[in-house]
Amino acid sequence: MSRILLDPTSERRLAIRPRAARIDSLEGRTIGLLDISKPRGSVFLDRVEARLSERGAAVLRFAKPTFTKPAPVDLRHEIATRCDAVIEALAD
Amino acid sequence: MKLVAFVKRDCPTCVLVVPALAQLAKAAEFVVYTQDDPSFPAGLEPRDDSALEHSWRAKIEAVPTLLRVEGGQETGRVFGWHRGEWEALSGVSGLAPGLPAERPGCGSLSVDPDRELELRVRFEGELLRARRVELADAEDEHEAIFARGWSDGLPVVPPTEARVLAMLDGTKRAPDEIVATVPPDLVPCSVEKVAINAVMAGCKPEYLPVVLAAVEAVCNDTFNIHGVLATTMGVGPIVVVNGPLRRALGMNSGINALGQGNRANSTIGRALQLVVRNVGGGRPGEVDRATYGNPGKLGLAFAEDEEHSPWAPLATDFGVARGRNAVTVFAGEGPRTVVDQLSREPESLARSLAAGLRAVHHPKLMLAFDAMLVIGPEHARVFREAGWTKPQLVARLIELSSAPGGEVTRGAGGIAEGLPLPPAAKDAPIPKFRTGALHVVHAGGGAGLFSVIIGGWVRGAEGSQIVCREITA
Repeated sequence: MSRILLDPTSERRLAIRPRAARIDSLEGRTIGLLDISKPRGSVFLDRVEARLSERGAAVLRFAKPTFTKPAPVDLRHEIATRCDAVIEALAD
Repeated sequence: MKLVAFVKRDCPTCVLVVPALAQLAKAAEFVVYTQDDPSFPAGLEPRDDSALEHSWRAKIEAVPTLLRVEGGQETGRVFGWHRGEWEALSGVSGLAPGLPAERPGCGSLSVDPDRELELRVRFEGELLRARRVELADAEDEHEAIFARGWSDGLPVVPPTEARVLAMLDGTKRAPDEIVATVPPDLVPCSVEKVAINAVMAGCKPEYLPVVLAAVEAVCNDTFNIHGVLATTMGVGPIVVVNGPLRRALGMNSGINALGQGNRANSTIGRALQLVVRNVGGGRPGEVDRATYGNPGKLGLAFAEDEEHSPWAPLATDFGVARGRNAVTVFAGEGPRTVVDQLSREPESLARSLAAGLRAVHHPKLMLAFDAMLVIGPEHARVFREAGWTKPQLVARLIELSSAPGGEVTRGAGGIAEGLPLPPAAKDAPIPKFRTGALHVVHAGGGAGLFSVIIGGWVRGAEGSQIVCREITA
């Protein structure tokens, strides 16, 4: 038999991208808080929002329509364009 | 007009017809391809086709074969020796009067069973676009596949070019046609990639249309295979097959229908999961975050027993006409049995089934999940004899599996888990299932007063919805 096999995978090559530069200070920055819409995620994010505000950051809140599906592209774009950094909350 | 002949010296009839070939060569534009001896037939300037490429591409099955070609297109062919047919095809009369009127030919070397697979790979291999992975001589092919991460944990059939070409015979769809965009990596997946994974799963070519339909059925926002993978819950895609194809493929809807031992059942579901794994990149520990999973995630497909069912097939609940072939995919956990060996009245049996259904995921978690109820033949008989329709049974099960708010609220029964209900809701009936959340299928062995419940996952547009697709090609 042939010793050649056909690749069953997507044959994708993973793109290696540099990380975005880390922000060095919260002062005057806009931080997005993304709730994935699981129960009690807001409890955690409310606390995070308070702590960030104390340190001089502006906070914008976002939520996925449902935790079971990836965030819609429009939501990802909005966060990327309006925020300097984002914190995503899992929950339960 | 041009005449093209295919011959081999090893065929006595080919040797016999050389005088007729010589007449044709004088009367018309003429080419003869020879499959074995390049010098045969002498004097007719034979073209060497010992590589069998021309024979393969012309789909020659027997020698001698005579083709008539006009304007570059074949307009007729005869095989073996038959004077009348040769004269009619060529328009040349008085062919080889010394020969008998007819004589059968021999098999073409291009369809020799010992060579056919090799020839197919050589001449049709360009149809396949997938990357070729060459194994080293010392490499064990099974170990090589495990090492590359292509397996679900069990050995697979190595996807050679010959096997994948044979698999593609199972569909009329072109190998490069895109079937679906497969989550989680959102990769466009061709018919060929599905075929490769179907080979690995152990499918026969005739199963491929079912696998293709199942891939289409899970890769969309409605079924949401991304979420089904990513959830910590132990669900996977369960494939139910309806229509005459079930029987044609020999699928099992009877004894051990949800278990092992039937090739079509076992490999169709597995092929779907291999596509999700290999093409979509959905692997346990990566995007697949299941806390436990379940053995059905290797692949779970079964057929409905339509012949003995009191009700219309599952696919008809989704608008597919009875008698059409369809797959229905449901995001489900492992099957569990409901035993009731005493109920002979439909109301009593419905109460048993409802009690089992109430326990899906947790008896106090209501309105959150779908379930599939696989009614066994002996239970179905009770409903048939009482004249219960499927909608009637489903409606009654929804009523019977509901509970007063006070029973399912958080803390009730000394159990913290439950619904966050206000005290005022303590007497309000809370259904376990929403309308449309219970899916009834008829399958299982003929002996056993049992049915099976398959719990679902987060229901509705927020989670996964059952999807039915007709199987086309």
